[in-house]
Amino acid sequence: MKKLITLTVNGKSHEVAVEPNETLTDTLRYRLGLTGTKKGCEVGDCGSCTVVMDGKPVNSCLVLAMQAAGRTIETIEGMETEKGLHPLQEAFVEKGAIQCGFCSPGMILSGKSLLEKNPNPSEAEIRGAISGNLCRCTGYQKIVEAIQSVKSE
Amino acid sequence: MYYTEGLPVPETPSPGETPGPWERTDVVGKPRPRVDAYERVSGTAVYPSDIVLPRMLYGAILRCPHPHAQVKKVDTTAAEAPPRVRAVIGPGDPKTDLPWSFRDVKTTLFPKTCRFEGEPVAAVAAETLYQAWDAAGAVRVDYKVLPHVSDERRALEKDAPKVHENGNKLKTDTYSRGDVEKGFFEADVVLEQHYRTEAEVHTPLELHGCVANWDGDVLTIWESTQGVYAVQSRVAEVLGLPLSKVRVIGHYMGGGFGSKLQTSRYSIVAALLAKKTGRPVKSFLPREATFLAMGNRPPSNMTLKAGVKKDGTLTALSFTCLGTGGAYPAGGTSLVDWQIRDLYLCPHVRTECTDVYINAGPARPFRAPGHPQCSWALEQMLDALAEAIGMDPVALRLKNVPDYSQGREGNPPYTTTGLKQCFKEGARRFGWEKARRKTAGQEKKGHLRRGVGMAGSVWFVGGGGPPSTVILKLFSDGSANLNMGASDIGTGTKTVMAMVAAEELGLRPEMIRIEHADTGTTQYATPSGGSKTVPTEAPTVRDAAVQVKRRLLQMAAEEMDLPVEDLRYTGDDIVSRSRPDRRIRIVDISGLKRQGVVVGVGHRGPNPEKKTVNPFCAQFCEVEVNTRTGELRILRFLSTNESGRVMNRLTFDSQVIGGVTMGIGLAATEMRILDANRTGKMVNRNWHDYKLPTSLDVPADIVGVPIEMPDAEANISGAKGLGEPVTIPTAAAVANAVYDAVGIRITESPINPLKLSSLLEQQKKEG
Ligand code: FES
Ligand code: FES
Repeated sequence: MKKLITLTVNGKSHEVAVEPNETLTDTLRYRLGLTGTKKGCEVGDCGSCTVVMDGKPVNSCLVLAMQAAGRTIETIEGMETEKGLHPLQEAFVEKGAIQCGFCSPGMILSGKSLLEKNPNPSEAEIRGAISGNLCRCTGYQKIVEAIQSVKSE
Repeated sequence: MYYTEGLPVPETPSPGETPGPWERTDVVGKPRPRVDAYERVSGTAVYPSDIVLPRMLYGAILRCPHPHAQVKKVDTTAAEAPPRVRAVIGPGDPKTDLPWSFRDVKTTLFPKTCRFEGEPVAAVAAETLYQAWDAAGAVRVDYKVLPHVSDERRALEKDAPKVHENGNKLKTDTYSRGDVEKGFFEADVVLEQHYRTEAEVHTPLELHGCVANWDGDVLTIWESTQGVYAVQSRVAEVLGLPLSKVRVIGHYMGGGFGSKLQTSRYSIVAALLAKKTGRPVKSFLPREATFLAMGNRPPSNMTLKAGVKKDGTLTALSFTCLGTGGAYPAGGTSLVDWQIRDLYLCPHVRTECTDVYINAGPARPFRAPGHPQCSWALEQMLDALAEAIGMDPVALRLKNVPDYSQGREGNPPYTTTGLKQCFKEGARRFGWEKARRKTAGQEKKGHLRRGVGMAGSVWFVGGGGPPSTVILKLFSDGSANLNMGASDIGTGTKTVMAMVAAEELGLRPEMIRIEHADTGTTQYATPSGGSKTVPTEAPTVRDAAVQVKRRLLQMAAEEMDLPVEDLRYTGDDIVSRSRPDRRIRIVDISGLKRQGVVVGVGHRGPNPEKKTVNPFCAQFCEVEVNTRTGELRILRFLSTNESGRVMNRLTFDSQVIGGVTMGIGLAATEMRILDANRTGKMVNRNWHDYKLPTSLDVPADIVGVPIEMPDAEANISGAKGLGEPVTIPTAAAVANAVYDAVGIRITESPINPLKLSSLLEQQKKEG
């Protein structure tokens, strides 16, 4: 039986009918069309599906849509403003922190929530914060540099 | 207005004349962010797994849970029962259980005998993803479980269960030159050692899968693939369709590493489900299924015997390898002896590679197939030889650098070989000698030991070649559209091609829009793999740009009433050489205005005759071993690469760092574990148990150093491949560094704490 829930996604409130076993990833991707949140494993191993829920990065494949009811969700689509890309997104572009780009939305959101908590993280802290986000292409170094470059701004 | 101001544009060769190397470049070779970076960081890039079509159904494939079983009966009644299930297909129906093959071994989409865990058994399409998986789970299958063999080392035993009726041996390939016995006789030192590398699984972040949709008799497939044309041809062949009626699109794709070069059964299954239901079907594999059925770098069991003279001259190499491509012919030992044959000068060489079947998922090419395995053996052996004759490892290698390909018929020279420079410059930049002295002199107090190691490599191909066709359209406002079939698998192909067109035309790269990877609208290209995409496509794009310039010159000649040879294309305008006051702006050429577009068709020219084009690489690293816990920390890596002209310094570095990281996976973290003794099933079929290197496992200090040697012969862009060479020597360099640190030769990958701590323990006991 579907149930109606309210989600606040990227500052906008949505009413959606969701199945009890539906993951937040699928709700975002299939009901709200926010396909910037990726699916790499659906079991919490890769971080491709990372979104920020009530200020904390979570693997949205491990969150049931119903658990997210009434909460505030931020996805990659919410990062760009009228002023353009978020500085962290810009840093990913400039530093070459993207290859296939499939891990990038999750990486960027993990990085962003780290910087919000800790505007001046050490390299070890950055590596720790993205250690749940797998990347098969880049080798992480440029991603770490991108996050570091924003911290120093 | 769109032209790069003040910068000279390359001369336009006359028709029939091949353009020479760029003398200077203003765009090519500079660091440049990706042309599609915005889409990739903003979440707007639509990957095949993001496609949603109106009325789209979801497909799910039920897979065999046993490594070897007969499918006795498939009962789909329960699966068809839930509401909203729209189609179920399975074995035995000639309309849907179509013939399939792995090379020359025939099977079907849903085989009666499943030879590996994860072979398709049935498939469903339903209204939602969840319903599709529920329905697949409700298919009842009666299996007769057959005995299995899941360890290639047991496959040739007399009583081993047979994977195929005619036995488990697929083939033995041999190669020989000179007389190895003579070579060993001439040697001052002969060593022999067994090595093994474990199987690795590609696991790109985007799952394998596609969306299939029919419009009448035209099939469109959005697929996460390295080659849209490869998918088109196989799908057309299996479904009996003309190529023109199969359109495959793959604009973005989330990584492949070789596992998405070929067409898989799931694409056919999605097309059949879509046909049956008359609706689009999206079918992506769950991660677990990609571990089982989407390829691997197969395990290699290698024995290497090598002879060397006191002065460092290699005299003989004798190599055997037992490998497996899994349950079907899939190149289980493909190229695994190449570096033995080609990398170092050696007059007497013999190799013998035996490929056997086991009940496990078929291999697929994995970033430099065969090479890292071979490197693991050869480069560790070279270090052991160096130690035995008291020579520095770099010096030993430098002593044996060839300038022609010994492994190929007729010994063709390489167009360029920077292997020597890679070693020398690498050693210099790394501070090799000082680092070696430091680790040799380190105090053996405490529990942390430092070590340094290095290794070199050659990649079998990497020169690219025909065929490729691209179309470059210059619009009346001077902006351009580049149309090419190649996929950008994350390496930055689109960006490099925009840079090449920009360089040749004197255009700003932002003014070039790329259409790519669509068999319906873009030109034929072979799949992106083998580190051949840039050396194949870049010359093709340059050729197309030259065609555009020639056409514009001709138009201007007619309009200005001057001979075409008198005119020069400057980027912004076309100028008379004899009367520089006579010039016409490109956007003012009336022919261009009238036609609205000038089209250049580029083709990839042939590779040089009697020469071979190969990239080379050397890597150096420093590690720290914790002798209490067996933990290995990799502290720094330096990679010197002779890959021809560097096309984009930013993507060059990304490739180096990514390739080294993948090599660290082979060295230290990754291994497929099959429960060979009991169930034969893969036990670590997820990223929790199968360890990819994470941000915590790789050093912060991975440096790429290009060794640029002008190569006018390779192709008209001067580029050679990079993506594969850069991952070949990594694992061996780590193993050599570990030996330098603790004096233990780890001949079997991966060097994980479990293995290292027990070897350290043993070392302690043995004193
Ligand atoms: S998809 Fe959620 S962690 Fe992998
Ligand atoms: S860029 Fe491809 S997985 Fe990270």
